Formats: sequence, structure tokens, C-alpha cells
Amino acid sequence: MTARSTAREEILARMRQALDGAGAAPGSPRAYRRLLDAGTDITAMLIDRLVDYKANVHHGLAAIGAALGGAQRVVVPADLPADWRIGGAEFVPDTGLSTADLDGMDAVLTGCAAAVAVSGTIMLDTGAAQGRRAITLVPDHHVVVVRREQIVGHLAEALPMLDPTAPQTWISGPSATSDIELQRVEGVHGPRRLDVVLLDD
Amino acid sequence: MSAEPSFVPAASLIPADAPFPKAAKVALGMPQLRKNLAHATGTIRAKRAAVAGELDDWEALRDAAAAIKADVQHRLPELAVEFERNATAAGAHVHWARDAKEANEIAARLVREAGADDVVKVKSMATQEIELNEHFEAVGLKAYETDLAELIVQLAEDKPSHILVPAIHYNRTQIREIFDQKMGDAPAGLTDEPAALAEAARLHLRRRFLSAKVAVSGANFAVAETGSLVVVESEGNGRMCLTMPETLISIVGIEKLLPRFTDLEVFMQLLPRSSTGERMNPYTSVWTGSRGGDGPKDVHVILLDNGRTNVLADEVGRQALSCIRCSACLNVCPVYERTGGHAYGHVYPGPIGAILAPQLEPGRHDDLPYASSLCGACYEVCPVKINIPEVLVHLRQQGPHQAGEQAAMRAATAVMARPRLWRAALRGARLGSMPWRRKGFMRRLPWPGSRWTVSRDLPVPPKEDFRDWWKERGR
Repeated sequence: MTARSTAREEILARMRQALDGAGAAPGSPRAYRRLLDAGTDITAMLIDRLVDYKANVHHGLAAIGAALGGAQRVVVPADLPADWRIGGAEFVPDTGLSTADLDGMDAVLTGCAAAVAVSGTIMLDTGAAQGRRAITLVPDHHVVVVRREQIVGHLAEALPMLDPTAPQTWISGPSATSDIELQRVEGVHGPRRLDVVLLDD
Repeated sequence: MSAEPSFVPAASLIPADAPFPKAAKVALGMPQLRKNLAHATGTIRAKRAAVAGELDDWEALRDAAAAIKADVQHRLPELAVEFERNATAAGAHVHWARDAKEANEIAARLVREAGADDVVKVKSMATQEIELNEHFEAVGLKAYETDLAELIVQLAEDKPSHILVPAIHYNRTQIREIFDQKMGDAPAGLTDEPAALAEAARLHLRRRFLSAKVAVSGANFAVAETGSLVVVESEGNGRMCLTMPETLISIVGIEKLLPRFTDLEVFMQLLPRSSTGERMNPYTSVWTGSRGGDGPKDVHVILLDNGRTNVLADEVGRQALSCIRCSACLNVCPVYERTGGHAYGHVYPGPIGAILAPQLEPGRHDDLPYASSLCGACYEVCPVKINIPEVLVHLRQQGPHQAGEQAAMRAATAVMARPRLWRAALRGARLGSMPWRRKGFMRRLPWPGSRWTVSRDLPVPPKEDFRDWWKERGR
């Protein structure tokens, strides 16, 4: 037997021995919420939470140009809708750009898979209009477009909207750290500026 | 005024191998350390309480989390095999490590096979537990920590003192000095503003992230149903490590398994709120094997036992395996807040460390279950409802007891079983303690009582005991 299979068999045997006589596990009570209260204005809540975590919020397609600020070169997923390319920036489709190329971009513009109001979380699963993970990571400024039907109140509503085995990135505000005296400050290695454009009209 | 120069590594002053009472005494004599700890734990306690209070189903979430973890423990062999099958099908290579040595050797071999001699690292308790950095150093490899707090600790040549914020024992001024003197490329005129310090770390690590060939990570969760791993972080250093290199090696304790992807709906509400006091941490990454054209091509998972099956075998102690490393129990612990993490002499400090360390390494940390007043604050905040006081008492019972203590207990049993003897003993204690009556307590008893008073005061027995009072009352 190889070392790997020996280790595997031994660990599994130790687990079974440790559980000898342990019986079945008790059932899992799931009395927690899966929805917010009916009538909750989830768009207003999402905006509140995004702003609280220092993201900038904009409304309507036309606002994309403003959200991109002064960015000159903007990387976009190859499948980004053509009508999102608004403003004077040069839009560079990602066709396997090198890391150095990505590092030279001023911003990235993408869509998302879902947005969770209660925690202000934008979820990416590399699906439509999102691109691979590196393009939303290396540029210092991320502009993300959220369509109305992608907004849900609760985390439990968002998970079924994701492709569970695709690479996922859940984003709640720009990069931040609490490592110095446990105070949150924005800006370490991820994009330090996050702009969210809501298509909510 | 601080007694110690600001960045003498705290771990060099607090003896790691000393028993807890001795190490704690050293830590208690470091005023700056105590001030930093009180400030940081106070900040985080308030934030945690506020965001936990926002959810009206917090208790239901805790119940669900505890039950899911108990279920995982009961079905560990089946779930581990399910995870292995699904991760392998998605292109990951799954390895098994019985102990720290085996895990380190596998990791080092994989780094060499990737043609690298250094790695970037995401903060990981499992790799600290197995001392991966030290092993790499010994075999000529170098591990660069990329989490801000880990970077501070590594530059200061110190040891982590907290599960979540390993540099919690340093304040901003000390961190500035560490960067200034040890980083090598710290910006001139660096201030102690946290934002400026974060910027310095960004510049220091950026090129390394963009050129690293191999990354090493842990995982917060491993989903059996999909073969996915989850890393929860704030800074984006995790995303960098998990996305940019060609090879990714993740070292994952077997207790990190969750049955289903949707179980994250429970844990991703509890973990960020309990750890950093945020509704959600800035970044969470989920990946499943390798994905052509997106992220590392070579994805390895090392499933680690290293004592966990020992813990699993104890039906009371087993619940320690439910821990999701949020560190809420450290932040509320009156003992931790005063001594800090180094005094525990183990990578897992605080209340969770006091029940995990002696079980992971039987016979080595028998003093830690006593590093607690059993106040129970840790149980109240634990997001997965680990009954830490129950396990502490259980481990105290199981642990070794010195002959003197056993004799004292036998004597006490004999006296308490005989009412007349007991009354005489109480009378004797009242008379004997007369000189201290005004003070109310005795600081030092003569031997063998000195063994008790070495770390606590003894209250003077009341003038009238309950029996006398009851008798009086009946008249």
C-alpha cells in the first residue's frame, strides 16, 4: 500500500473507532429565517448596507460612466452587454489578458449573480457578464452592475441562485482590514474602490 | 509609560513551555500588553453584540449550527469520503495526513514539484498548528504570510496571540515601528494611521502576489456534497493567493466538513458577525477543484487529522470540534483579556484553546482547563453553542490530580461525611481565622494550604454559619 492510502485508511479507521457506540446524530433543527419580513424594502436595505461598508451606489445604466470615474482603461468580461459600455473609457475585453495587462487597468466593469440586502453582499460566480476571478481582483476599482431581479433579502435566498461548483466571490464592500486594534479600515489588497450600479428603475 | 520597549516580540518574554500560571504572571506584568488587549477586545465585544442583536433568529441559528456540526461529527467518515470523491471529480488532488509531520512533508513535496522554493500564504490556523512555516524553513523553503496581522507577527519575529487577529497585542504605534524597521521597503515618513499601515502592506506584497507560483491556504469550510472549499477573509490577500498562483495547496482539518452547500446559509451568518462583528466579511471565496482558465491549475487538498480523531472519541469533549475559529470566546474571556494569547502556550488560546489544546495533544496542556473562572461568558457568545464550561469541568476531572490534592479531597470527604467532625472543623476554622476577621480574607496560608493561596485569596469564614443560623431561627 502507498503512504497515501495507508494514511487515508488509518484516519478513516480512527474515525470509525472513535464513533463506535456514538449512535446516530440528533436531527438538525432549522427554525431560522430564510426570508425577511414581507414588505421589507430590500433595495433600500441593500443601499443602506452597501453605503455602510463604504461602497458607492449609483442608479440606472446611464450612471455607469460616472461610476467609472476617471478610469481610462477598463477591463470587461468578453460577454459584457454592449449597452453597458458607457462613458469615455477604453473598454478592453478579457481574452486571456496577462497579469501584467490586468495590473495596468484602471478599473473593471462586470455584472453579478446575486445581491443580498441584509448584509450588502454582491455575489459573483463567473457566470454571465462576470468574467474570471482575476479580472475583478487585480484592478483597484470594481464597478458592478446589479439588476433588480438579482436582489434578494436574505442569504438563504441567494445561495440557490449560484452555481455551487463554479468559483465564487462574495463581496461586501471594498477590501478592508480589522487587524489594527480591531478597527475596520478600507483598503488593502483587493479593489479599494467598489461602485455598485443598481438597475432598479 | 510602557514597561517593555515597544516591539520586543511578546512571545520572547512570555515562556511558551511554562505552565499557564507562570506564563500568565509574566504577561500580567506587561502594562502595554494589557492595555492593548483591553482596548481591542472591548472594541470587538461591542461590535459583535450590536450585529448579533440585529438578527431576531440568532438563537435559532446557533441551534442549527450546533446540530449541523454534531451531525458532521457523527458522520465524519462518510462525509470525508464524499468530499474526497467530489473534489477529485472536480480536478483536485486529495491527500491525507495523520499528523503534522506528514502534512508538512506532503506540502513541501508539492511545492518542490511545482518548481518553487517559496509560497504565499493565506492566514490559516491549521498551518500554524502544524508549524508549516518552521518546517519549510528547515527544508529550505520560505512561506510569506500575507494577512496583515500575520505579516506584522512574522516581521516582528513574534508568535500569534489571537485566533483572528494574531497581532492583537500590538497597537498602531508599535506596528508602525515594526514596519519601519523590519519591512525593508516601508514608505518614508510612514505614520501610524491604520490606513497608511494597510497601504504599506499593500505595496510590500503586491509584486509577490502577482508573481507567486504556489499558495498555501487553510479553509473555513469544506462542503462534502460539492467538494468545495471556502475561505472567509477581509483584505483580498486570500483572493490573491487563491486566484493568481498556478498551484494551490489547502490544508484542512477533517472537522471543517459541512454536509451541504446550503449549510453556508447558517454559518455565513454566524461567523462574520461573531468574529469581526461585521454583517458580512468583505470577501468570501468558494472553489471546487480546478477550473480551466480561472485560477490555479494544480489544486491540492490535504485532509488533516493531527489529534482530531482523539477529540472525536470523547463524547463530552467532541463538541470542541464544532469550533469555527471565530474567536468570540477569547474576546469575552476575563482571563484571556488580561493574559493575552501567548500565556496559553498553544496555537489555540483562550477558552476554546483551554478545551482543544489538551485534547489535541493529550498530556501536554493539562493546566489549561484551569485557566478559567467558569463564568460561562464563552458559552453564551459561542455561535455553535460549544458548552465550554462543561468541557472544562470534564477535562479537569479527567486530568491528573496530584497526590496532595487527592489526599486533601479524601480528608474533606471524610470530615464532611461526619456531622460532628464537620461542625468541629468549622468551629476550628472560625477560631483560627480570627486575626484576619477585619480584613475579610487571608492572602497566604501555611503549607500545605499555601498551594491553594498561591494564586487566590481565601475568604474568612463568616461569624455565624448556616447551621447555627438555622438553629437560631428555629427557636
